[in-house]
Amino acid sequence: MNFDFAAQAPKLMMLLWGLVAFAVVVGGLLILLDVVPAFFARRREAQLVAASAGGGVPLPRRTKPREGLFALFFLLPTVLLLMIGLVVPAIRTTLLSFMDGGSQNWVGLDNYRWMFAEDAIVRVLINTLVWVTLVPLVATGMGLLYAVLVDKARLESLAKSLIFMPMAISFVGAAIIWRFVYAYRGEGQEQIGLLNQIVVSLGGEPRQWLLDSPLNTLLLIVIMVWIQAGFAMVVLSAAIKSIPADIVEAARLDGVTPWQMFRQITVPSIRPAMIVVVVTISIATLKVFDIVRTTTNGNYDTSVIANEMYNQAFRYGQNGQGSALAVFLFILVLPIVIFQIRNLRQQRREG
Amino acid sequence: MTTTTPPVAAGAQDTNGPSTRASRVRKRLNSRTATVVAIVIAVVWTIPTFGLLVSSFRPEPQLKTTGWWTFFRDPQFTLQNYQDVLFGQASGSGQLANYFVNSLVITLPSVLFPLAFAALAAYALAWINFRGRDWVYIGIFALQIVPLQMALVPLLSFFSRGVSIGGVTLMPAWNLDGAQNFAQVWFAHTCFALPFAVFLLHNFISQLPKDLMEAARVDGATHPRIFRTIVLPLVAPALAAFGIFQFLWVWNDLLVALIFAGGSDVTAPLTVRLAELAGTRGNEWQRLTAGAFVSIVVPLIVFLSLQRYFVRGLLAGSVKG
Repeated sequence: MNFDFAAQAPKLMMLLWGLVAFAVVVGGLLILLDVVPAFFARRREAQLVAASAGGGVPLPRRTKPREGLFALFFLLPTVLLLMIGLVVPAIRTTLLSFMDGGSQNWVGLDNYRWMFAEDAIVRVLINTLVWVTLVPLVATGMGLLYAVLVDKARLESLAKSLIFMPMAISFVGAAIIWRFVYAYRGEGQEQIGLLNQIVVSLGGEPRQWLLDSPLNTLLLIVIMVWIQAGFAMVVLSAAIKSIPADIVEAARLDGVTPWQMFRQITVPSIRPAMIVVVVTISIATLKVFDIVRTTTNGNYDTSVIANEMYNQAFRYGQNGQGSALAVFLFILVLPIVIFQIRNLRQQRREG
Repeated sequence: MTTTTPPVAAGAQDTNGPSTRASRVRKRLNSRTATVVAIVIAVVWTIPTFGLLVSSFRPEPQLKTTGWWTFFRDPQFTLQNYQDVLFGQASGSGQLANYFVNSLVITLPSVLFPLAFAALAAYALAWINFRGRDWVYIGIFALQIVPLQMALVPLLSFFSRGVSIGGVTLMPAWNLDGAQNFAQVWFAHTCFALPFAVFLLHNFISQLPKDLMEAARVDGATHPRIFRTIVLPLVAPALAAFGIFQFLWVWNDLLVALIFAGGSDVTAPLTVRLAELAGTRGNEWQRLTAGAFVSIVVPLIVFLSLQRYFVRGLLAGSVKG
């Protein structure tokens, strides 16, 4: 047992400083906004009293509390942080994507041309496409299936918790969990990975699952589906529960089979929720980075855009190429989000 | 073919008995299939984690030569893996206790900052009348679509070189070292969380009863006062929902930490160390399994104990829009 408490002291000091700074900013802001207007109100009152007593003193001008000023202070930290942390950087990244690796010279569209010319990067783009088609579909499908199956079942909340649990596990943790499932030991040795054990006990030969392309990409996708299905299940389950009971009852009196019920009542009723789920998972999938990095580090043809962006910008020092990949990622996300916004507005109009 | 068979109908079963019975059998079969499928899915979803948990308590030689399922035939239990991975001195042992503290130090402010700032902003956007309110809201909402990958390269150079436009320094270089690097991570996490936080909290805060707010205004309460005494207590569940979201997201984050925490053992969180162990010591399963559980246990506790709020936030954020 060896743990150096003294080494932790500077960190805890830093934490304390952070919290103090935080208290000063937020507390200070609220107190300032509370005290200053109150001070002016009191002074005005005093002036009024003086004016009514003294007779000759002109009545002070009526000062109206300025709503806009309050809004400004309430919004200031957020807007400032967003400007420094997101808006300006995103614009800079777009500019950097037209510059060379060291961000010195303008190179026009070279970085984008490189993206589509380099075989390795085209592979990355194809992988990303496979991820973003498969993960949302399979995860939503699994989530929906499970939500329907356990609806009103005994131990429903326990059953849901089991599927939902991976949401709390980090991508890194999940990747390690599944690497263990895919673990390989030579033929003839006892297997320690569950998947190879199953294959062996069915009479097959153990395989190095994570080395064989394109199978390895699919196996990494399994990890993401494993994590996201719980999210889909919870949202869809809530949507199913909000279907009006009389519709379900009427359908049942008409003697529909469970399958008809599912096709004709359940799915149409929860369509908006399904769209939201698919969109949310698609966006999360496009940005996924940790799973690939922890399992294969992007080797063996498994890399995706988000991972390659990290490699280019932070490992190889190719800011231009990394930025171009980030911009491309943004372009991929954009239509998905516009689609969602249009959907929401349509829903509002109908609802 | 109704689901509820009235007792009177029991006598009539002789006439149409076969069909009713057949349908009932089929129904029971259907629901049995459903149950079986549900159980299979639940097992498939749980077994990988369960296998890792069992493995993390097995002695190293056993763990490396036999599958974790043999544990039930030959139960051998040890805490040595955890001891090694948390407190071990060897360079490859993990020293996770140290990184555990880092994760805590990173997470706490990274949850508090955006929570407070976003609550203020959401209140202003919902209940203070000012010109351009809708545009500010739309602007913040729209920022959700910017992938944080778009911000990484410039933000890192902001920290090291400061911000200056046309020779005017807007923000000086931070020049941090050691534990001060935490500030960068806090800053990055706060910025990246704000759009979603404002969106989620706005959903809740704007739904507070209008009468309540107007009554408070008539009584002469100022905005900070309303915010403190009325809004904050009423939207506490929403704050909890976002707090859990942000906690899980920050605790589980790898990308932001990798770039802004500098990878050293002074500031890097658990996830960074774990990814490192997976890369360099991918076959040291006794460390990986125990290490993974050390990193999972805190979010899992938070998640299981506050699941209710988490789900509520999830639904407000994704279904209502």
